[in-house]
Amino acid sequence: MPDIFPDDSVGLVTPVVQHFSEPLTLRSGKVLQSYDLIYETYGTLNADRSNAVLICHALSGNHHAAGYHSEDDKAPGWWNSAIGPGKPIDTNRFFVVCLNNLGGCDGSTGPTSINPSTGRVYGPDFPIVTVRDWVISQGRLADVLGIKKWAAVVGGSLGGMQVLRWAIQFPERIGDAVIIASAPKLSAQNIAFNEVARQAIAKDPDFHNGWYQEQETLPKAGLMQARMLGHLTYLSDDAMRQKFGRELREGNLNFSFAPEFQVESYLHYQGEKFSTRFDANTYMLMTKALDYFDPAAEYDNDLVACLQGTQCRFMIMSFTTDWRFSPARSEEIVNALIQADKDVSYACIESESGHDAFLLPIPRYLDIFSAYMEGVAARV
Amino acid sequence: MSDVTELRSDLEVIQQWVKPDSQVLDLGCGEGQLLKYLQTHKNVRGYGLEINPEKITACIRNGVNVIEQNLDEGLVNFEDKSIDTVIMTLALQAVRRPDIVLDEMLRIADEAIVTFPNFGYWHTRFYLMLKGRMPMSETLPYNWYDTPNIHMCTFRDFEVLCHEKGIRILNRTVMDDQYRVPLRIRLWPSMLGEIAVYHITRR
Repeated sequence: MPDIFPDDSVGLVTPVVQHFSEPLTLRSGKVLQSYDLIYETYGTLNADRSNAVLICHALSGNHHAAGYHSEDDKAPGWWNSAIGPGKPIDTNRFFVVCLNNLGGCDGSTGPTSINPSTGRVYGPDFPIVTVRDWVISQGRLADVLGIKKWAAVVGGSLGGMQVLRWAIQFPERIGDAVIIASAPKLSAQNIAFNEVARQAIAKDPDFHNGWYQEQETLPKAGLMQARMLGHLTYLSDDAMRQKFGRELREGNLNFSFAPEFQVESYLHYQGEKFSTRFDANTYMLMTKALDYFDPAAEYDNDLVACLQGTQCRFMIMSFTTDWRFSPARSEEIVNALIQADKDVSYACIESESGHDAFLLPIPRYLDIFSAYMEGVAARV
Repeated sequence: MSDVTELRSDLEVIQQWVKPDSQVLDLGCGEGQLLKYLQTHKNVRGYGLEINPEKITACIRNGVNVIEQNLDEGLVNFEDKSIDTVIMTLALQAVRRPDIVLDEMLRIADEAIVTFPNFGYWHTRFYLMLKGRMPMSETLPYNWYDTPNIHMCTFRDFEVLCHEKGIRILNRTVMDDQYRVPLRIRLWPSMLGEIAVYHITRR
């Protein structure tokens, strides 16, 4: 490995594509006849295959959680702060697996893939997938890798929902569940944010009811708006005040509607960057998966009953200024686990960074995360 | 990781009153030493509540369940009689409403174990009488204005409160600040004892 990468990085990584030809019946009743999942691994699987950790990604994440794809990469994977040698998810001890979920746009089968039954891209025809569908497909990947039981399944936000679903769906296949900045289901406010985002995309004239790829256009404006809205809900009022305040780009008012405040150009930049990187249909699908997630619904809305069958230990973390997935939402999971008489620990981490905090190297967060994962490693 | 064989003596007293294979809740559990001991030696399951970030991490390292939760914000997330024993060591004097916390402890469990420093200790009494200032000592090292110990009481105060609330005292052990029980303390606990461990119930 060239020494241009930091010592605490997993270094150069190469994704792998796994093809699945066994049909997958989705929650909606629709069937994916075959599909690909793209994934990356870091660290080494031990002889008895007991040290594997699954990382579940959030709304806009993918399989590239840590390390670099080339020496020219400007930035490492999305959770490089937590995954690597000596980091909380220590690749000296764990075999780490992260995949792009079904419906994604980074290599796993999704709306930009070719639909084998029509020969056209799936586009808006790609079936709506749920968190449970993802977990079942992740289980099939585990089978391929020969992993009977994950030492831990770890995720933040929408990723945390997948972890919770793992604990419910496959209780015997997960040793520890680490659920960060997540919730047992979305609130009406959260669903509303997602609907505004979807409408922004759907109403973009370049969206063409989701067939933009065939029209050789991109609903950039809609996706940009969706991302801008999402992004500002991931930040806290404090974080935005500190980062931007009321600073003006040019130091004075221009009396125009062009972006003048720093916060405006920041949002434009984030939206712009995202609108070329991410697929609009995937964004629609991912937000739907978020909205639909509600495992307690099948248990008469009784989360305690829903969690009764889980067998793993749980570590739940939240962040003080996260209002999109507030500490109170994490505490709903914690309290239900206590009532279900399960092993659970909970920490509410002081942070000014809102929902985004779960991706940041906050010392207390990484400390407690490391402490917990050391316990997981000791039990392997 | 702390050595489980070296249990603080007050914790040694407490553990005797906890039944094997039972469930405990430790309010203000510190670094989780007691829970770890009970887990290892008595197959006890349970949760600790703590608000200090370093101590929470220490609990995680000790392999005990810890919940970040402020006792002053209530214990409504624990159901009636959902736990066998609720324990609170040296925290009663630091909560906003010790009387309500006691009620809560005996709502959640049939039995509770409480330890607190004795404000009726002879040194404290003489300190106030002779110096005319709020007592300070090794056990109580704070000034009156910055002390976390906002509800100091004597053993007698505590026992009166229990009586008024219909709480029965099952056991009591009175100790010095090294958690020893010398003869002088056995003879005159309310004057010579520094810390007491009470085992209480409402049954």
